[in-house]
Amino acid sequence: MGNDVLVLAEHRNGRLSDVTFELVGKARELADRGGGRVLAVLLGETSLAHELGVADVVLCSEDPAVATYNAQAYERAMVHVVERQQPRLVLTSTTTVGMDVSTALSVHWPAPLASYVVDVRRDGEDLAVTCRAYGGKLLAEVALTGPRAICAVIAGCFPAADGRSEVAGRSEVAGQVELLDLEGVFDGLGVSVAQVVEPEKGDVDITAADLLVSVGRGIGSRENLEVVQELADALGAPLAASRPLIDQGWLPKARQVGKSGLTVRPKVYLALGISGAPEHLEGMQHAETVIACNTDPKAPIFDVATYGTTVDLFDLTDELVKRVQE
Amino acid sequence: MPIGGRKQPPTAVELEHATVTSPLSGREWELPGMWNRMFEQRVEWDFTTEGFEKIGSLEGGESLEWCYGCGKCVPVCPVDLVGEYGPRKIHRKVQTGLDLFTSDDLWLCTTCMNCLRVCPKEVDMVKVMPAVREVAVAEGQVPGELADVFEKTFRYGNALGENPRRRHAWTRDAGVDVRVLASDPRPVDVLFYVEDYWSYHPRGMQAARSFARVATALGVDFAILGPEEKTIGDSQRLAGEKGLFEALMEDVVATLDRYEFQRIVTPDPHGFNALVKEYPKRGHRYDVLHYTQLLAPLVDRIEWRKELDCTVTFHDPCYLGRHNGEYDAPRTLLRAIPGVRLVEMGRCRENGYCCGGGGGGMWLDGLTANHTSERLSERRVREAVESGADVLAVCCPYEVSRFEDGAKSTGNDQLQVRDIIELVDEAMGGGGG
Amino acid sequence: MRIVVAVKQIPDLVEELELTADGTDVDRELLKMVVNEFDDQALEEGLCLKEAGDAELVVVALDEPDVDQTLHAALAKGADAAIKLTGALTGWIDSHRRAALLASWLSGQSFDLVLTGVQAADDLDGQLPGLLGAQLEVPHISVAVRVEAEDGMAKVWQELAGGTVVVDEVRLPAVIGVQAARQAPRYVSISRIRQAQQSGGITEVEVQAAELGTEQFALRRLVAPEAAGHAEMLAGGAGEVADRIVELLRAKGLVRS
Ligand SMILES: Cc1cc2nc3c(=O)[nH]c(=O)nc-3n(C[C@H](O)[C@H](O)[C@H](O)COP(=O)(O)OP(=O)(O)OC[C@H]3O[C@@H](n4cnc5c(N)ncnc54)[C@H](O)[C@@H]3O)c2cc1C
Ligand code: SF4
Ligand code: SF4
Repeated sequence: MGNDVLVLAEHRNGRLSDVTFELVGKARELADRGGGRVLAVLLGETSLAHELGVADVVLCSEDPAVATYNAQAYERAMVHVVERQQPRLVLTSTTTVGMDVSTALSVHWPAPLASYVVDVRRDGEDLAVTCRAYGGKLLAEVALTGPRAICAVIAGCFPAADGRSEVAGRSEVAGQVELLDLEGVFDGLGVSVAQVVEPEKGDVDITAADLLVSVGRGIGSRENLEVVQELADALGAPLAASRPLIDQGWLPKARQVGKSGLTVRPKVYLALGISGAPEHLEGMQHAETVIACNTDPKAPIFDVATYGTTVDLFDLTDELVKRVQE
Repeated sequence: MPIGGRKQPPTAVELEHATVTSPLSGREWELPGMWNRMFEQRVEWDFTTEGFEKIGSLEGGESLEWCYGCGKCVPVCPVDLVGEYGPRKIHRKVQTGLDLFTSDDLWLCTTCMNCLRVCPKEVDMVKVMPAVREVAVAEGQVPGELADVFEKTFRYGNALGENPRRRHAWTRDAGVDVRVLASDPRPVDVLFYVEDYWSYHPRGMQAARSFARVATALGVDFAILGPEEKTIGDSQRLAGEKGLFEALMEDVVATLDRYEFQRIVTPDPHGFNALVKEYPKRGHRYDVLHYTQLLAPLVDRIEWRKELDCTVTFHDPCYLGRHNGEYDAPRTLLRAIPGVRLVEMGRCRENGYCCGGGGGGMWLDGLTANHTSERLSERRVREAVESGADVLAVCCPYEVSRFEDGAKSTGNDQLQVRDIIELVDEAMGGGGG
Repeated sequence: MRIVVAVKQIPDLVEELELTADGTDVDRELLKMVVNEFDDQALEEGLCLKEAGDAELVVVALDEPDVDQTLHAALAKGADAAIKLTGALTGWIDSHRRAALLASWLSGQSFDLVLTGVQAADDLDGQLPGLLGAQLEVPHISVAVRVEAEDGMAKVWQELAGGTVVVDEVRLPAVIGVQAARQAPRYVSISRIRQAQQSGGITEVEVQAAELGTEQFALRRLVAPEAAGHAEMLAGGAGEVADRIVELLRAKGLVRS
């Protein structure tokens, strides 16, 4: 039985995504403990292999079938690699790619799969895994017994720095990049990519954003909106608002969060000067993390927020802009 | 209908001047306005009967057609005050081809009944609108915000989508014991039917606690259903979900059958309306009181401990006042409170303005905003301020949240919105909040 | 074309989730079960497909608490048939087993498309669409936001991280995990649901699933994360608070480090 940990790298627009570094960092830790290697599988963008110096071996392919993400081609390539490498553990994310691949691997390899993983540890011969369950209301402690396993990990749970070669003190990979021989693997594919549509810039869908900056009457006047907009721009987040601001015509209706507006579930909801009326809470209380800034320590928004502060929203905005723009 | 509810200038249907060619002689005749009226298309000719046939065939939809255009209803319609509405306008639009079943106009009526009060032809929008809405709802033509409330009501038995098991969470901080029938099913005098907004909305919960304290102090023997309570759902019915209302009624009646009580008391004029008018139609008869009707006869027994010193104006809930004729019980309570000076707003009692929450309006804020220049609740808040009051007193659970929001958005933060029971409680020295 | 929409019940997250004495499951005695919201999206997309062309739509679910209500609602919305798979089904049913049960029924059926929700609140051992597709050995696509189908092919709009959408051409039969239908799930009036209830319309089929290798996945216990209830107040002035917030955002990968 091998002790290797294999990571499926994900990339977008010519860049490796953060979650890939998070997984590679974690894989390094687990492999070092068990005396195995870290293998990274990089499909499509072979040129990014040198950024994966924390892995021992980067297995690449530039086969046209995986030039853009093709669910079935990725799945076949991964099954092919995993069957040959027989790692102890495969790590993917829980993104679209991770969902497609981890489930298919679980059936074809086969191996037990834990999804929505927030933590993985070795526990003797087994793996002890913590998963987020029931919309984050509970955590599940799972043991993956048996000689091999797959974990689909939620992005943002491990530090990405551990997986970046420049930070982790590993130099460029030399000679450890291997080209995969995928001859025949993609024969008779039932899926082909007809088109790739990039999201349109400009039109704002506050329900699709991972990070939302949301403002309420605490900003006082329309002119002050600019300051908050600057913060939102710096963070690359859309600006949302409570209803009174929409009523005033300061922002379009499509930015209204709440009962008579939209329901949002971003990873982080930054609420500035919003009191937390029930009608507003209805639209945002299921955000993963709520950070609330309100000068009134008794404001109901603090009952649903994860983190709170009573500093003035303008001071906070200034400080945040400074830090983010650095 | 103009966005923002601006009034439309009338369009003339007479010409100042016309030229008519004789089909016989070919000669042209110049005609002055007074004369040419009969040659222009007249209102009576450019209409279609299709809309009325469709609406009139529905049970409850018959009366729209009876309108003879006298126009009395339009100036009393609360929606027309901030937009373009009223039975006569709807009648005329349907006459000229509007498909009411798919129009936003279908959802603007709050079923406040002020038009019916003045209509010589008894055109009854309180029946017409729900009948047409029922068809629209069955066809899935229902605004998203409203559909969401229907779904929540069906799933959880309350419009807010709150956990049914937390229905009596408000009792915890009431400061007095509130009996829950499920755990203590002994017979009781008053079954207190709390309804949704007093059970779950933070401001409503405060009022519920006030009621519990006041009723306890007056020695009223009361109990609640707690987790077994489901909304009566009268506004859902008027918004077109009759099936939902009936499903709820089956559950409510089955629950009520399990307990022994003398009368039902509720703070919600909407639930009150259904218990008084709809339930008996299906053979379910109860002795039902609004909470102001329970307390008004008891005012002499109240021991007042505090003088409030404020000027109060009172907003008549449509479903207590116009729909059920109770204007005095709330006023009796207010007048009895030491230090309260009661002033009336211009529109009060029979001609009371509507808060905008009835008939589903409570859950159509987004849609309504597209057709009105301001919210009905905002309009009403400004009337309250003009009356010189510092407190706007209400006795319908929908209203506190609507008016408080209206006070903020019109920049009248100084106006306090209080349920009558909160004022009574405060003057009796209770928690006051 | 024959479209199968697989729906499932999950615990209603509006309620507090209480645990069984041994802590390995939520206490199902007390729970209210509701349809998985993504399955509702899958059903809507299925109905849109049916309306766009000539298709038969069948909803299928395992015999789980309150599932009849979900199936009746689907019939009221326009599904042609509703199938309830029975067998000794109690407690939490993991996705591998769920996929096996569905696969054993589907293998005796002709179908072109299986639509189901992309994920569910309790699919700890992986999402159903991928597991089912792999077990049936047909293509599968997760996170679909639109599906069109004709002549043995489907066009599937698959959303990737960051909002990029790839439009796939997929040979049928296939399993699609739907994230969002092209339009909001339709409203069906309570009277119609009640009519569907009265006219029956649910067919029960008993299934036996081949045992699958999930015994190596052991759910030891469920725990509540540290109590929320009130925000953790960040100490210090605006500068320090800003530092903490940036740190938090960075940990979630929301600002570049
Ligand atoms: C039927 C109905 C539907 C509704 N639908 C919605 C809806 O969809 N969405 C919605 O948002 N609302 C809705 N509302 C309105 C809701 O009730 C509230 O009125 C509204 O959410 C309040 O908005 P707010 O929090 O921005 O304003 P406020 O309640 O006025 O809060 C402003 C907050 O800013 C704080 N503040 C002030 N200055 C500063 C400063 N310098 N720094 C930091 N904090 C500061 C104050 O302490 C205060 O808590 C609805 C109301 C009704 C009745
Ligand atoms: S009051 Fe009655 S008859 Fe007169 S215009 Fe209005 S609806 Fe028609
Ligand atoms: S019931 Fe009220 S809101 Fe409806 S049309 Fe009549 S006056 Fe207007």
